[in-house]
Amino acid sequence: MDQPATPNSFRTGPDEQGMFGIFGGRFVAETLMPLILDLERHWNEVKNDPDFKAELTDLSTHYAGRPSKLYFAEGLTKHLREVSSAKGLGGGAKVYFKREDLNHTGSHKINNCLGQILLAKRMGKKRIIAETGAGQHGVAAATVAARFGFPCVVYMGATDVARQSPNVFRMKLLGAEVRPVTAGHGTLKDAMNEALRDWVTNVEDTYYLIGTAAGPHPYPELVRDFQSVIGTEARAQILEQEGRLPDTIIAAVGGGSNAIGLFHPFLDDKEVRIIGIEAGGRGLDGIEHCASMNAGAPGVLHGNRTYLLQNADGQILDGHSISAGLDYPGVGPEHSWLRDSGRVEYVPILDDEALEAFKLTTRVEGIIPALESAHAIAHAVKIVPAMDKDQIVIVNLSGRGDKDVHTVASMLGMEI
Amino acid sequence: MVTRIDRRMAKLKAEGRPALVTYFMSGDPDYDTALSIMKALPKAGADIIEMGMPFSDPMADGPAIQAAGLRALKGGQTLVKTLQVAADFRAGDNETPIVLMGYYNPIYIYGVDRFLKDAIASGIDGLIVVDLPPEMDEELCIPALKAGVNFIRLATPTTDDKRLPKVLQNTSGFVYYVSMTGITGSALADTGKVAAAVKRIKGHTDLPVCVGFGVKTAEQARIIGANADGVVVGTAIVNAVANVLGPKGEKTADPAEAVATLVSGLSQGVRSARLAAAE
Repeated sequence: MDQPATPNSFRTGPDEQGMFGIFGGRFVAETLMPLILDLERHWNEVKNDPDFKAELTDLSTHYAGRPSKLYFAEGLTKHLREVSSAKGLGGGAKVYFKREDLNHTGSHKINNCLGQILLAKRMGKKRIIAETGAGQHGVAAATVAARFGFPCVVYMGATDVARQSPNVFRMKLLGAEVRPVTAGHGTLKDAMNEALRDWVTNVEDTYYLIGTAAGPHPYPELVRDFQSVIGTEARAQILEQEGRLPDTIIAAVGGGSNAIGLFHPFLDDKEVRIIGIEAGGRGLDGIEHCASMNAGAPGVLHGNRTYLLQNADGQILDGHSISAGLDYPGVGPEHSWLRDSGRVEYVPILDDEALEAFKLTTRVEGIIPALESAHAIAHAVKIVPAMDKDQIVIVNLSGRGDKDVHTVASMLGMEI
Repeated sequence: MVTRIDRRMAKLKAEGRPALVTYFMSGDPDYDTALSIMKALPKAGADIIEMGMPFSDPMADGPAIQAAGLRALKGGQTLVKTLQVAADFRAGDNETPIVLMGYYNPIYIYGVDRFLKDAIASGIDGLIVVDLPPEMDEELCIPALKAGVNFIRLATPTTDDKRLPKVLQNTSGFVYYVSMTGITGSALADTGKVAAAVKRIKGHTDLPVCVGFGVKTAEQARIIGANADGVVVGTAIVNAVANVLGPKGEKTADPAEAVATLVSGLSQGVRSARLAAAE
């Protein structure tokens, strides 16, 4: 593919049509078109509205617990310096964790949900629908729906309902109705199809609270903007704590909302290397992975053009990841654009590598990371020993891993 | 440029009756059966054929058409083969218009220019691509119009008067009015509201307006057909196929015959539509 010319800024997208280069757009049925135009109109109204901002900031502070801490992961840093020495390199960068796991509901998902529920309220909507994979977004959506008194329906693939039962129970406690989706492989992709079918049916009163920076314009933009609080805080925090920008920042990419949230404020800091981690599953040779940007091709699904796992006939594949939150055959369109423009590197991490990083972080830091975040940590484990001691790496610890203990136990052959 | 769709619509207008537009899923449950179903449609009274292009993620379709698409994909159907079904049909019928209906990704992957060239060679007259609204016209609609293929747009209850001109702008062949907000195969909407909506659309265009989503019986076809230029039936036909398939997909009766029986009845419905309206 032709490399596009390097733009002056990587932070100006999308354009008025919702495109990031050839990616993004509004590939939806006509029934939904007036709805997303209406959403765009309201979004353009509120995004520079000081009252809206003030309300969101207040909730972020007092309800969600922001700002999240930027934590020097001393235990992991020490461990990786030992690894470096053992290899005769004598290096090992300082590793920081952006602690999104400490947010209310246990992940970065609450940032987006608070923003969107305020938008739904402004638009006069009466009912919330959402899709979820791991259940983190479902829980966050059910949480804000409870807080603001909206009925909430969460679509969740039947496979995910089975492997994420604690989150299913949390959603039910929060008053949401969880509808298992049996179509396809019963994972996030199928849940998103079903949520779109609900939306196309209940157009009058329903707000679709999408959980990731994907879908038709303006969702990729608005989710990114709500999640950019991660990178904005991290940038200010590292300047305060270290007096300079990091050398490398790393985040896991499923749909890519935590990653775009961390990356976006750093995109024009040319000296900062930015790495997104895709789910390599059981390896990129077969089809048991979710590395759409490493092993897929551009295509159109769920309202946007982006890199997708698909066959030669344009049929979407299901993919596989140990992490339900990364188990999606597509990716947000801005990531596809950042990939092709060369600004961000996207690399895969295997299930086994993520599992090792999960165990390591738990042992040396006393932090149980989400399996999604463990993918990002696993890449830090790979590259940090070869870096210099005065270099700095920030890893987005997008969520906590309590939800994953059953999965990990079964991977390790244990019963709980 | 006059297409088979334009000619057929003009002929039916002269006859004073609405068109029966029948949808079936290409490759469901296999290539040969789908071709025999397609051949049976005009004989049973179908005026225009919509052929579904199976897609793994049909976001606007209900369970019946989702299942039909998956059966077709399981049976090895691809876009290449769907065009071949059309070409095989065309060899014996050069009059009945064929409209391909589906989602954009398989066409995008096939390549828009190559697809249009091959579609025309296969005797395709029109396209309905659910996830390409007018905002994305540059993708396929404009190239199709230039190539002489009708691009048939869906108008829906959410398409208000302000938006309607945009939806109609590059539409040709006919306008497909979706009778309700929802997915294919849902219950039929209030027929009075549908009639009013058709009238509203006709105030903006000279194109024929066909109505679909929710029409399952001859009686419904008759009522809808009293005010529309065409009636689209899809889920009922797909169900007629599913009903003669056993639990392992084996045929318990001839699917083409089951479809023909249903379509003959529907055809009676549209043929009595204007008579009913005149009473």
